[in-house]
Amino acid sequence: MALAGLFLILFLLVHLTINLFLLRDDQGAWFNAAAHFMGTNYLVRIFEYILFGGFLIHILMGIILQLKNWMSRPVRYHISNKSTTPFLSKYMIYTGGIVFIFLVIHFINFYFIRLGFIDTVHMENGHPNFYLVAKELFSLPLYTLLYLVLMVGLGFHLYHAFNSAFQTLGLSHTTYTPVIERAGLIYSIIVPLGFSIIPLYFWLII
Amino acid sequence: MDFTLKIWRQEHARAKGKFVTFQVKNISPDCSFLEMLDILNEELVDKIQLPVSFDHDCREGICGMCSLYINGHPHGWDDGVTACQLHMRKFKDGETIVVEPWRSKAFPVIRDLMVDRSALDTIIQEGGYVSVNTGQAPDANAVLVSKEAADLAMDAAACIGCGACVAACKNASAMLFIAAKVSQLALLPQGRIEAKDRVRRMVRKMDELGFGNCTNTYACEAECPKKISRTHIARLNREFMCAKLIAENTL
Repeated sequence: MALAGLFLILFLLVHLTINLFLLRDDQGAWFNAAAHFMGTNYLVRIFEYILFGGFLIHILMGIILQLKNWMSRPVRYHISNKSTTPFLSKYMIYTGGIVFIFLVIHFINFYFIRLGFIDTVHMENGHPNFYLVAKELFSLPLYTLLYLVLMVGLGFHLYHAFNSAFQTLGLSHTTYTPVIERAGLIYSIIVPLGFSIIPLYFWLII
Repeated sequence: MDFTLKIWRQEHARAKGKFVTFQVKNISPDCSFLEMLDILNEELVDKIQLPVSFDHDCREGICGMCSLYINGHPHGWDDGVTACQLHMRKFKDGETIVVEPWRSKAFPVIRDLMVDRSALDTIIQEGGYVSVNTGQAPDANAVLVSKEAADLAMDAAACIGCGACVAACKNASAMLFIAAKVSQLALLPQGRIEAKDRVRRMVRKMDELGFGNCTNTYACEAECPKKISRTHIARLNREFMCAKLIAENTL
């Protein structure tokens, strides 16, 4: 689960890099080129299956783990535990649920269009123009607000996930662990913030 | 000092339990929590009522027998102590104190506040030992151990097996307990010989006995009366992964 999680953490960086092309003032030329490359390149397509595997393993293991953990204490405490613990670590299944909701919406809005399951009016030379799809979606205030809320959920999930993955893999070191913790904090702020800039840019500027 | 106690009472493992409220008066601030319960029990016996059952033995924080979940903390909120080392001066006069047994599928309630923690012994039987051939004791200097390894092993060996980690963990996981035992033996050359088999068997047994999994919440570390560090869990994870990469029974 930790390995799948770290793999997804790396994937998010790639995804963010491509999404940031949307901020270029070129009517989505770079972004659409990147989307076309990602959708047609055979190596990327193979990588896509590995990515789905990563998602599937991470989500299924997370659910199985949580169900088993809930069953491990059939009788709950009258006074819930007051131990000093990292706050977000206790709610990973819920923040994970938020990320999953985002994933479903994201699939419906973008991935299913690429697969041809859903039609779009924004077609160009037989290919969907994802720049226009994004522009249209982010012009809707409710959608943008939902996107931003879900990004906060992603940030909360990533904050604990980053450090936790290294601990699960047994990487604990007097020098490197504090560095990993700081990197986790920076990553969990920068990545959702990077994704959030895009709808704000479309909503407020364009 | 006066206190209102809300204590979990349960006649036996299959009986339905409930909270019963007791009043205790004129308790010395220097009383330990268990001594306060002794006073309550004496009063109950005088009234020809059943005393509250709770586990205890050495009463100096070594044996790991006391197992009380006090106001949302295993062993109470005080840092680095067991319930027998917790003094009543740590509470406010007139405070209501809720006392529960430790809750875990692997720790069934025997009676009132007593739980069956033999699951921890079962895990130890799976590998929490070093096999030693009979014969003369070897020379102490024949096997060299670095000071750092000896210190870390000693830190891990401080675990008294009370199960507070299980009680504190939101998943009722015994990871810190197993981590302490695996770590202690893995750090020493005498324990390395059986290290891979040990970690495999102990983790497998933990799963079998119904303990939860570790989600790195670290409540175990926060509540451990012996301050066992989470770094031992990382070592356990390292040992486990290395052991899993090597097929069983090939050593």
